[in-house]
Amino acid sequence: MINFLFRGLIRDKQRSLFPIIIVAAGVMMTTWLFSWMLGVFNEIIEGGARFDTGHVKVTTRAYNEIASQMPNDLCLTEVHTLLNELDKDYPGYDWTPRIKFAGLADVPDENGETRAQAPVMGFAVDLLSDHSIEDERLQISKSIVRGSFPNSAGEIVISDELAQKLEVGIGETITLISVSANGGMAIHNFTLSGTVTFGMGALDRGAMIADISDIQYALDMENATGEILGFKKNLVFDQEQAVSIKEEFNKKMSNTEDEYSPYMITLLDQNGLGEYLVFAQAAGFLIVGIFVFAMSIVLWNTGLMSGIRRYGEVGIRLAMGETKSHIYKTMLVEAFLIGLMGSFIGTVIGVAGGYYFQEYGMDISGAFKNSTMMVNDVVRAQVTFTSYYIGFIPGVLAMLFGTAISGIGIFRRQTATLFKELEV
Amino acid sequence: MTNEELIIAQDLSKDYPIGGDFFRALDGINLSVKQGEFSGIIGPSGSGKTTLLNIIGALDTPSDGSVNVLGNKVENMTHTESANLRNNFLGFIFQTYNLLPVYNVYENVEFPLLLQKIEKLQREEMVMQALEWVGLTNKAKSRPSQLSGGESQRVAIARAMVKKPKIVLADEPTANLDADNSHHILKTMVKLNEELNTTFLFSTHDEKVISYLKRKIMLNDGKLVDDILVN
Repeated sequence: MINFLFRGLIRDKQRSLFPIIIVAAGVMMTTWLFSWMLGVFNEIIEGGARFDTGHVKVTTRAYNEIASQMPNDLCLTEVHTLLNELDKDYPGYDWTPRIKFAGLADVPDENGETRAQAPVMGFAVDLLSDHSIEDERLQISKSIVRGSFPNSAGEIVISDELAQKLEVGIGETITLISVSANGGMAIHNFTLSGTVTFGMGALDRGAMIADISDIQYALDMENATGEILGFKKNLVFDQEQAVSIKEEFNKKMSNTEDEYSPYMITLLDQNGLGEYLVFAQAAGFLIVGIFVFAMSIVLWNTGLMSGIRRYGEVGIRLAMGETKSHIYKTMLVEAFLIGLMGSFIGTVIGVAGGYYFQEYGMDISGAFKNSTMMVNDVVRAQVTFTSYYIGFIPGVLAMLFGTAISGIGIFRRQTATLFKELEV
Repeated sequence: MTNEELIIAQDLSKDYPIGGDFFRALDGINLSVKQGEFSGIIGPSGSGKTTLLNIIGALDTPSDGSVNVLGNKVENMTHTESANLRNNFLGFIFQTYNLLPVYNVYENVEFPLLLQKIEKLQREEMVMQALEWVGLTNKAKSRPSQLSGGESQRVAIARAMVKKPKIVLADEPTANLDADNSHHILKTMVKLNEELNTTFLFSTHDEKVISYLKRKIMLNDGKLVDDILVN
């Protein structure tokens, strides 16, 4: 019987091809959109995490209160000891100190007078330690436009856009004028080893990256740092674990009476990312929900149209002695087969599209031209295991649901009028 | 031919509600049909022919009285029981053939056997035999759209006969056919009636059909007005 139905299904294009196209289109859109949104959401989260928030972050309580002001006078001290403890207690995370600072980049002429000057946002990261993976994490070497990655103390890289603005060349001196941790003026000379393009508008307008030892020296922060960032070693943010670590650490290390005691937060506690993540998850569910709802209505209508078209067929089957429930079941089997085929085709195309945008991405730099958000200029889709079923299952269910509703009409059919109806 | 009574109607009445009132389509019909009969219910439009055929075919139920088809009381049957009766023992031939357009001739005839879950090899044998009865073995692979009206009705006869039903109910089977095709169809049905001893019950007012009947059950205004046996 299944073979018989399948043959009819294949031959009757209006019963198969059209619904398959509808299901495939819906599933493809859902699959691709899910992969795309996942990629964009994760890129925003991970992009921010790499440069700014980490998966978890340790600061002093006081620093955390006004972190946006980069208050290095409220920095963590005895950093080596704290890092050792973090490494020991949470070995699944990679812990790295960072200092964020702001200042003026001053380029002197041959007489030592200011030739050019511009505000900079600085990141002091561990560039030169053997075990450091900060270069890989921030992809500095890969982003070099001119010159090279800093190889020795006193060397820095700046954004290429800033270098062009300052008209400064590789090997030239750049003087950082900033504020020390003690509140005094800090002036330190660096040598420009290279320029980079971060691919993030906010950084490309004026960022400087220096080795943390140099900045600790320049800002009077020996064995101190503004922040310690923790990154899960598999690079994937684990919300549940991060929250658990935060609570454990704060219970053990943080003292509410001491504003200089260390305090841990997760990326969800920063820059509204918690709300953002909730929004992202809700958006994902919303997309799938809208798809299932819309597709069910479309397929319900398709089922009704098919029911009208197949009125005679159902009538003759009833007259021949097929029960209403058997006809209903066969229609559900047909719907299942159509849903299966449409969902398979839609998933293949959707995932293929997802992989394409995962590989090549889409340039959205125009949209974030004046934004201070740390978002990559090129955002990419992210195909995960979920991408393979996020559209597939609703596609099959929507087809079944649509047919289940429209097929109820079979049970209302009066066999008493079949002879009259079948005379038409 | 045996004298077994396959259909027995006793004081059969059928009312249809119209507005706040009822229209009596059948009024106190008493009738019995024996195995192997080639009978017809004859009468003008609105006389109740199709209503009677509906009830005998377990497609409708009587308002009053009783109808017994092959030992089953139609008025007491559930939807599933009446479907099983039709599936196993009754064949239907309609005025407009009602072949399934996406299936070929062979598959259309095969369909009732699929409902009966008959094995493939046996199915094949039965379908080819049914097509042989109606002279359409050469059209087995043709689609309904490729057949003439007469051929389509012969396929419909093969479909009704393939499961070797006890009773075939035919509602104006020649209404859409020309004279030649009508005679061809009727001769085929007479032959099947004689060879297989299948009971045929027609609903008709077509003179061509009437001329072939061996029993004429005359209805008028829902009442059985005459019952004539033809020698």
